[in-house]
Amino acid sequence: MAVVAFVVFLLLYLTPGDPAAILAGDAATSDDIRRIREKLGLEEPFLVRFGSWVWGLLHGDLGVSIFTNLPVTHLIAQRIEPTLSLTFCTLVVAVLVAVPLGVVAAARAGTWVDRAVMAFSVAGFSVPVFVLAYILILVFSIQLDWLPVQGYRPIREGLWQWARHLVLPSAALGTVYIALIARMTRASMLDVLAQDYVRTAQAKGLAPGAVLVGHALKNAAVPIATVIGIGIALLIGGAIVTETVFALPGIGRLTVDAILRRDYPIIQGVVLIFSAAYVLVNLAVDLSYMFFDPRIRY
Amino acid sequence: MASPIWRNFKDALRRHPTAIAGGVVLLAMVLVALLAPWLGTVDPQAVAPVRRLKQPSAEFWFGSDMMGRDVYSRVLYGARVSLSIGIAVALFSTLAGLAIGLVTGFVRWLDAVVMRVMDGLMSIPPVLLAIALMALTRASMENVILAITLAETPRVVRLVRGLVLTLRDEPYVVAAVAAGSSLPRILLRHVLPNIVAPLLVQATYVCASAMITEAILSFIGAGTPPNIPSWGNIMAEARSMFQIAGYLILFPGVCLSLTVLAVNLLGDGLRDALDPRLARRM
Repeated sequence: MAVVAFVVFLLLYLTPGDPAAILAGDAATSDDIRRIREKLGLEEPFLVRFGSWVWGLLHGDLGVSIFTNLPVTHLIAQRIEPTLSLTFCTLVVAVLVAVPLGVVAAARAGTWVDRAVMAFSVAGFSVPVFVLAYILILVFSIQLDWLPVQGYRPIREGLWQWARHLVLPSAALGTVYIALIARMTRASMLDVLAQDYVRTAQAKGLAPGAVLVGHALKNAAVPIATVIGIGIALLIGGAIVTETVFALPGIGRLTVDAILRRDYPIIQGVVLIFSAAYVLVNLAVDLSYMFFDPRIRY
Repeated sequence: MASPIWRNFKDALRRHPTAIAGGVVLLAMVLVALLAPWLGTVDPQAVAPVRRLKQPSAEFWFGSDMMGRDVYSRVLYGARVSLSIGIAVALFSTLAGLAIGLVTGFVRWLDAVVMRVMDGLMSIPPVLLAIALMALTRASMENVILAITLAETPRVVRLVRGLVLTLRDEPYVVAAVAAGSSLPRILLRHVLPNIVAPLLVQATYVCASAMITEAILSFIGAGTPPNIPSWGNIMAEARSMFQIAGYLILFPGVCLSLTVLAVNLLGDGLRDALDPRLARRM
């Protein structure tokens, strides 16, 4: 995490864009710009700025937004609910859909079921999130008028409205993720199904379903868990886009607005928070190996 | 051309019609991009406010946008941008990844340092890293290529390093070291030829993912500058018009998806052809 923090800071420090010049606007003189730079502490040497940034970080302080003058942690906290709802729903639904798809494809390897799942998975990789999102809106909101086009309802305003507004965003965001997990589940299952103990289980007359889930899936779980963790990176990148298309007031929107205004304390904060989430999820995945494979000990 | 690799390659291609289809679509896209000026296009930047937001018709094959520009011409010229970004990123990140991976795989003291930096970069989701980089530089095609390359390279480094670490213990490499071959000679003669195949496959996946990342960057306003008609830009401008002019997003979106699909299919075919062991699994 320390390395991440340093890399994040360094990257944003080295890139040339000058927030002070943008903040001041076109009519500003160079004197104005210098005054703003001083106020923001941009004139301090590199190590001093890095030191104070890390010091703040350790106290849970991500700095103050250049544009709105509000603390970044406050802005992020305000926007976190839609993003968490979106990613969490997508994650759960995607895993529930993708793993059975992959298992069925592996169990029926070579048949049309298998080919259909694989075709879906290659296609799912190739369609960008926002193109899919617009197609879904066009079909389900505009043509069929089943679901709302855009917007978000907080969960405390009713579970039903909250869920209705999340169906399309989750479907759009989840497709790539489902494609990735289904593909890995199939590959991993095929490996395990070729093992002797699976044949033994089948030979002793266990029901095919019990063999698939109890023997094969459990042993195939480690690579699947790994890809679920790595795939979070896709979810995070996709969430920013999905929130833009569906006008969800989440961290993704915050990021896009911050990019347009070069409000770089916000960008630093968001990159750091997302990366921390990504690292933590993958840590949890590593720990879950112990559950799937008792031989693994830390 | 009777080497076993080449024969395997041809066999596998015959067994994988999807890879052929991918190659054909990709070739068609490349031709379209190269020949854009001669395919009945007009100046993709020419604005004509009188004729704005025309539905697709005989005159405007893909319709016209909110400034009256011809979407067909813009999409064709957009193919140039997307393809060159995809190919450039694939090329640069493969070369950079190869160089860094080869050296760190063999030079122990560098390995620890470089891999910590790569771990740091890899713990930032690639799209987010590219967004952060683009947010703080001027929008230009070179910067987009640079940002996506930086975001993609760590994964290539890890692949190359992993391969190098296993190759280093192969008897023929150990023998070459014992015989006193110089490091560059070992790397070029003994290690590199064994890395080319998986690297080529990785390069196609990087190319596909770079084209999608470019579209995402442009779509949220952090990509190629608006005066260049990339597929992402055309869709970004159409965002507010979506409900009245869906075709503005549909045409570039379909082109992008088709191209990425073609590259992915080609990559899958290549992987199967070059690594028969994996062929039946993935």
